[in-house]
Amino acid sequence: MISKINKSNYGYLFIAPFFIGFGIFGLIPILYTFYLSFTKWDGFTDPVYVGLANYSRLLHDTYFYQTIGNTLIIWVMSIVPQLIIALILAIILNEKFIRGKHFFRAVYYFPHIITPITLGVMFSLMFDWQTGSVNKVLMDLGIVSEPVNWFSSPWWSRTIVSAVICWQYFGFNLIVFIAGLQSISDEVYEAAKMDGANKWKSTLYITLPMLRPVFLFTFITSVIGGLQLFDAPLMLGDGPNNTTRTMVMYLYQTAFKNFDYSYGATVAYGIFVVVMILTAITAKASKLNE
Amino acid sequence: MIKKAFQFDWFILKIIIYVMLIAIALTCLLPFYSMMITSTHTNSDIARKLLIVPGDQFLVNYHRLIETVNIWRGLGNTLFITITATLINVYFAALAGYGFSKYNFRYKGVLFMITLGTMMIPGQLGIIGFYKLMDVFHMLNTYYPLLLTSIYNAFGIFLVKQFADTSVPTEIIESGRIDGYGEMQLFHRIILPLMSPALATLAIFAFIGKWNDFLVPMIILFDADMQTLPVMIASVKSQFSSDFGAQYVGIVISVVPILVFFSFMSKRIINGVAAGAVKG
Repeated sequence: MISKINKSNYGYLFIAPFFIGFGIFGLIPILYTFYLSFTKWDGFTDPVYVGLANYSRLLHDTYFYQTIGNTLIIWVMSIVPQLIIALILAIILNEKFIRGKHFFRAVYYFPHIITPITLGVMFSLMFDWQTGSVNKVLMDLGIVSEPVNWFSSPWWSRTIVSAVICWQYFGFNLIVFIAGLQSISDEVYEAAKMDGANKWKSTLYITLPMLRPVFLFTFITSVIGGLQLFDAPLMLGDGPNNTTRTMVMYLYQTAFKNFDYSYGATVAYGIFVVVMILTAITAKASKLNE
Repeated sequence: MIKKAFQFDWFILKIIIYVMLIAIALTCLLPFYSMMITSTHTNSDIARKLLIVPGDQFLVNYHRLIETVNIWRGLGNTLFITITATLINVYFAALAGYGFSKYNFRYKGVLFMITLGTMMIPGQLGIIGFYKLMDVFHMLNTYYPLLLTSIYNAFGIFLVKQFADTSVPTEIIESGRIDGYGEMQLFHRIILPLMSPALATLAIFAFIGKWNDFLVPMIILFDADMQTLPVMIASVKSQFSSDFGAQYVGIVISVVPILVFFSFMSKRIINGVAAGAVKG
């Protein structure tokens, strides 16, 4: 009945702008980037076809492998504490006795909407060796006797980048977890209570298993987002020996700083492959645990 | 007796929980406080002392900053781009979301899956081809590339479709047709106002996303006067590498508008994130 009333051809009219827009500004650039990855192009002269030369260069490019490693390290170091903190806080804020829930949620979420560029600059100032407030606090508290040169150490650099990302995103995951917790009905908990389960047991055996789809959502979004880390790390610098340079920073520097657009295009497809592989692994791993 | 001991433990536990919640809240806010305080002091004070109370050097730092970087222009540019892009984004997402929800046409399911599939593509994949294409279109150093890409937003379409499926009754569309409205007229006069709650949520997300956009404006725009705020903040860092006061002022100017915006919109934003997550 409905299918007859809702004239079918109009539907195409309504969805056409999306497909035309995506085709021109999304799909063509993606295909064109793929073509450029088989050429040599400096941005001024015309691209020259060079076959697989860029790809064989990419396979032997130790910098590229280093950036994959850096991205993974920074991602793991930020995602693990991020999810743990978000989960614990979500469980606490979902309790009925807590007051000021909306206030806490809003404050925890706030860093997420600030421009990553601004946060990168802000934290690079805070952790500045000579003038940053972090060193001054540590010295006033007597924890260190002289300023620590954070960005001269690979692991401190990575920790700071990870901490900034963790700090920016835990609020987002917190909101997602709370939404998931609120979709679990009270009846399940009441039934568990009747069977004699205490708070810890019902959290462990009811809450966590029922949050599985939400975990999957946050995990996949954080893989895709985490592997595209760019703005904030860019402002925090490359780290000693490029130890905090991420994959997308490498793409940006290759193409738009060194004007090697064609090799940048190859790096883009290299990143795409890495992202696809890791997303597939994540999706598979989260299903295997069932 | 036992009950009393239990209550005491409960009391202690509650205090620990609140202390933890407040400590984490302070961790979220202190960096912003610190940066606002620091922006009001001289460079030599910033270098020497830990600053806790406001000083009186904000305007001095501010003048050094705006002598080189026209940050208000950046704010204005960003506002213009963000508002225009948000309107485009919301309108076209409403159009397609409604189309997917209320019309039955061939290959609808497949087309909708393709739409959602576009969300899985990493944003930077086509960036170099995009740059080249914009060069071919003579759109480099204009705002068109930043605005026209808002026509396609799969997440927005998904959000609007979900809303239209449950909250826009088919009877209204039919009665509109009986009254003699054309399909587009019907959409503009009746459907758009009906969908405004979902569109408001979408607008907030589109706004924040565009406001924070960095990579595309950075590579597309060349003129300093056309730049957006995030790109200007990045350039402040390199141009004022040893002038910390000016850098802090730049950050304050980029954070305060968002702080004000968030304090009015926080409930709506947070509910929007929650709704998007559970449905997604």
